[in-house]
Amino acid sequence: MTESEVAQQSAEQPTPGIVPAANRTVSSGRRAILSVTDLKKYFPVKSSGLIRRTVGYVQAVDGVSFEVAEGSALGLVGESGCGKSTTGRLITRLYDPTSGSMMFEGKDLAKLSAKAMTPMRKEIQMIFQDPYSSLNPRHTVGTIVGTPLRVHKVVPEKQVLTRVRELLEVVGLNPEHYNRYPNEFSGGQRQRIGIARALALQPKLLVADEPVSALDVSIQAQVVNLLRDVQNEFNIAFLFIAHDLAVVRHFCPEIAVMYLGKIVEIGERESVYNHAHHPYTQALLSASPDVKQAAIGGRRERIRLEGDVPSPINPPSGCRFRTRCWLAQDICAKQEPPLLQIGKTHKVACHFAAELGNHPAKPITAPLLGTDDQGNHAPGSSPVEFSTNPGYDETWFDLKTKTFGNR
Amino acid sequence: MFGYIVRRLIAGVLVLIAVSMMVFAIFFYGPNDPALAYCPESRCTPQRLDNLRHNLGLDRPAPQQYVEYMSGLVKSRHIESGGISIDCNWPCLGVSFKYRVSVFHYLWDRFPATFSVAAGGAICFLIIGLFSGIFAARRRGTMADKAIVSTSLFINAIPYYLLALLAYLYLVQGLGLFPETGYHSPFKDGPFKFVGGLALPWLMLGIAYSTQYARFSRGAMVDALNEDYVRTARAKGLMERVVVRRHALRAAIVPVVTIFGLDFAYLLAGTLFTEKIFGIQGMGLAGLDAVQRTDLPMISAYTLISAAFIVVANIVVDILYSVIDPRVRLA
Amino acid sequence: MTQTNEPAPQTGTGGLSEPTDGAATDPFLVVEDLTVKFPTADGLVQAVTGLSYSVEQGKTLGIVGESGSGKSVSSLAVMGLHDAKRTQMSGSIRVGGKEVLGLANDKMRRIRGREVAMIFQDPLTALHPFYKVGAQISEAYRAHHDVSKSVARTKAIEMLDRVGIPQARTRVDDYPHQFSGGMRQRAMIAMALVNDPSLVIADEPTTALDVTVQAQILDLLQELQKDFNSAIIIITHDLGVVAEMADDVMVMYAGRAVEFGSTRQILTHPEMPYTWGLLSSVPDVTADPEARLIPIKGNPPSLLKPPTGCAFHPRCPHMDKVPGNLCKTTLPELTPGEHGEGHVKRCHLPDPSAIYVQEILPEIAPDLVEMTINDQFPQKTGTGLVGDSPSDDALPKER
Ligand SMILES: Nc1ncnc2c1ncn2[C@@H]1O[C@H](COP(=O)(O)OP(=O)(O)O)[C@@H](O)[C@H]1O
Ligand SMILES: Nc1ncnc2c1ncn2[C@@H]1O[C@H](COP(=O)(O)OP(=O)(O)O)[C@@H](O)[C@H]1O
Ligand code: SF4
Ligand code: SF4
Ligand SMILES: [Mg+2]
Ligand SMILES: [Mg+2]
Repeated sequence: MTESEVAQQSAEQPTPGIVPAANRTVSSGRRAILSVTDLKKYFPVKSSGLIRRTVGYVQAVDGVSFEVAEGSALGLVGESGCGKSTTGRLITRLYDPTSGSMMFEGKDLAKLSAKAMTPMRKEIQMIFQDPYSSLNPRHTVGTIVGTPLRVHKVVPEKQVLTRVRELLEVVGLNPEHYNRYPNEFSGGQRQRIGIARALALQPKLLVADEPVSALDVSIQAQVVNLLRDVQNEFNIAFLFIAHDLAVVRHFCPEIAVMYLGKIVEIGERESVYNHAHHPYTQALLSASPDVKQAAIGGRRERIRLEGDVPSPINPPSGCRFRTRCWLAQDICAKQEPPLLQIGKTHKVACHFAAELGNHPAKPITAPLLGTDDQGNHAPGSSPVEFSTNPGYDETWFDLKTKTFGNR
Repeated sequence: MFGYIVRRLIAGVLVLIAVSMMVFAIFFYGPNDPALAYCPESRCTPQRLDNLRHNLGLDRPAPQQYVEYMSGLVKSRHIESGGISIDCNWPCLGVSFKYRVSVFHYLWDRFPATFSVAAGGAICFLIIGLFSGIFAARRRGTMADKAIVSTSLFINAIPYYLLALLAYLYLVQGLGLFPETGYHSPFKDGPFKFVGGLALPWLMLGIAYSTQYARFSRGAMVDALNEDYVRTARAKGLMERVVVRRHALRAAIVPVVTIFGLDFAYLLAGTLFTEKIFGIQGMGLAGLDAVQRTDLPMISAYTLISAAFIVVANIVVDILYSVIDPRVRLA
Repeated sequence: MTQTNEPAPQTGTGGLSEPTDGAATDPFLVVEDLTVKFPTADGLVQAVTGLSYSVEQGKTLGIVGESGSGKSVSSLAVMGLHDAKRTQMSGSIRVGGKEVLGLANDKMRRIRGREVAMIFQDPLTALHPFYKVGAQISEAYRAHHDVSKSVARTKAIEMLDRVGIPQARTRVDDYPHQFSGGMRQRAMIAMALVNDPSLVIADEPTTALDVTVQAQILDLLQELQKDFNSAIIIITHDLGVVAEMADDVMVMYAGRAVEFGSTRQILTHPEMPYTWGLLSSVPDVTADPEARLIPIKGNPPSLLKPPTGCAFHPRCPHMDKVPGNLCKTTLPELTPGEHGEGHVKRCHLPDPSAIYVQEILPEIAPDLVEMTINDQFPQKTGTGLVGDSPSDDALPKER
């Protein structure tokens, strides 16, 4: 059986030997293909003194957990520097994680040696943001798209060209242009080449790091549509990284919002966009300019976030968003808000989680953390044990009744 | 920043130690037996060779010899050389087989000549190169630009020794436009003789090297003039002169500093053709001479000193960087 | 638009062609029939062709279009920042009633920064990495004011403070790399405004910034505009930014203006297929997320050899509604739109409003069809930023 047959087969039927951990369901009721738990990446910061001691760490990714369902898409959004790309690079093992696990097809990617990782690279591919610098200008399109086929010996040498042409066709480029160089293509077309290259190995998971951010809206729409077609045709799961919430919404049934290395809100599209419970998500949503709103008579009120994102080397104590949060109270500085499941497929990390305008006066988390409303340890009360499940539990914390249940 | 420079200094010293070990290894294990250098072929009995080796201390363990060799860096030594004992004053890098004198001092005596040639030449090629490069960059695409670029390519195509030799033959010997070349101490012989003897070498070095600098600084300047911040400077309403000098040139100088540092270090190690053609007794000629005579201590010392120049040049370039670019200084 | 003698669309107050000295209502900037070409090794790049528009004091003009449509080239021409030796320019650019096209560099430099200032896209590359932020601002001030360094420095601190840099007194001595992206753009704005210019051209000022920072910068620009009463040209490819900032919008395609009108006209009654394409391709936060996005097919044309007739025709899905081969053969003129004065579009389509309401809107915003047919959009916006009365003093004009 050739490699491509294997890949084809696995696309049709579930791979045998599923480990129990991956058997959990996510929002769509499908199997999780990637299950990330408490993933961390710290980059050491060296002193400038005589001896270069490590004086601190850039806490680029600091304990994120999420799942990507087979054939589905998880959107990862947040401002630049919040750790989106680092997360993507950890999953493709361009970086080695500091700690945490990344279960993929029953294997923990975090623990695989470089050698053991090689066959996995076929299954997990990446698309990059910059269509201008991510393609080698001295290689023809045929070489660029054909190289992964040759390296992994997916098809016999004689069939590489045929396969390359097929791939170019799939991404909407003229298959006869395999002999051209990247500079003969426009930005959108180059991004299509990048997609063809990523598809060459028929991966099961594609990490797309801001694939359309550098493109014009008109072209952006072409590429998003293409990615969608590709996803449907080949049943590929996506980790889709972007900073534009509107684009993510069109591509991903599930969205995670990151701030300073942590996920602050994650859930099904509907929950995050229409019932955002985290102040940061609410601010992001209100900040993106809205053509239609403006056209029919004015913009929505914008939430003005003051200042800049603090340094990930020395992030604020407690809730990392507190330096810019208009709701912040004492407890926010003292206690880190847990990522609490508040609905069937919705988690949020805020002491005062609620829809915009309804934020409670008292922290909802204090009883769970065993503290008083100021975040000081309350004598006699003990914290509850929080779930570490990267997916969603059957029971969750109901914000109205302030109890755990499933309704 | 201070820590950075100190780190670079330490790294530089380590490089020099490594070089000294390599040099020593060549000396010790290389194809040329040092003892043979003292032994006229006809009378070289094995017995005599062994004696010589013992005399020179060549029969002792290598590490011991290396330590002794390096001790010359901190103190003066007495060296047995071919039966006579020679004073080798600090800093001592050994004694020449040929001349029976301290090789360091032998080379050091020739340093002023080499330095004068190098410094004068560098000034010439920096001035010619930078000015024509910047001039060409500002007139990119015009006839003046094309003329400068093609002249530079043309000169570059002529081998340097040919250019220098022809200049010497015609301008000194033939037409007598320049006085006889050579090195005269500016202190002992007076500045006129000094300049007169070196004017033509300087000019030749200036012309030969400036072609490279013209094209290089032209490229750097073209890049700098295309930078966004230069456009910002113009958009502020600054005078073109200020835009070019304060904004573009400051950025264009960075890559030029890099290659200049290395070029100058190489020049300091001796300009072989220049010294040979113009009859200047500099370090380059001494090095050549040492190689021809298999004067191993001289070759070792010459290599070490050249390496030291390059290491120092690199550190100076780094310091210059940090002066020019605050991003380096404040990193 | 140079080829015909068609009458100019009604221009309303203050004729464009005869600016009278000092009258407050006169447009501060008048661009007429501007053409910019670059001779290159591959041929002549026709970056801007026959462009006309004007901007009044205190108003904001938004210029939108895909990358390569000539937005930056046209505004750099206003600043006189094209290298005269490598650029062919014709037409007329009048700043404060004075012709500046072809002005000698030493005369032009007195206008740059003083009367017209510019804010660039990427503040990291637009600020000189080797000089302190404060020094770069005071340098801009001293270029036009004969003051001492310390006076200019005080001015720089004042401006940094004004644009919301915390601890301006100490941050004035920082280098650009020590600022965050948002702070750098604030510093650029401070530098642009230090000489109190009458016109600020902001070329994609927020494209390189995050949305929350973009929101801060847009707010700041609006606030400063009120204080300084300067005209603003905001260049962007983001219709959302235009919707929030601009009084008037000019849509550019392949170096030409293809539609012009008040922001409200353009956003609620667009009449040109390219504008429709731009509006449709923006992913909408309220639309059905599972619906496909509606891109413009194909790619922007090469300006070395722009398409004949209507430059948009190779990508236009409505060509078949135009009789004959007109779209391919004949360049459409700018003709008045159907919804109010001052709105012009460059298209042969016979009944664009009907097509928009029947074909485009149902796809992108079915909830707006009713409103659009009856033109029931509120006249005043919540923030008073867009859609005040349609201003018609700044429209492109036929010769
Ligand atoms: N290789 C690296 N070394 C040190 N720090 C890094 C490295 N890569 C990223 N970082 C830092 O980690 C943080 C997160 O970066 P990144 O994941 O690229 O963010 P995003 O993609 O969300 O913009 C940033 O503060 C960035 O400076
Ligand atoms: N100096 C130049 N030489 C040659 N072509 C240029 C030059 N500047 C811009 N162009 C071309 O002019 C066209 C318009 O560019 P520009 O105005 O920068 O577009 P945008 O609308 O994205 O700002 C582009 O095709 C660009 O390649
Ligand atoms: S935990 Fe506190 S600071 Fe953090 S988002 Fe919630 S209210 Fe704001
Ligand atoms: S003129 Fe023709 S091709 Fe151009 S936009 Fe109008 S309908 Fe389309
Ligand atoms: Mg990133
Ligand atoms: Mg531009």
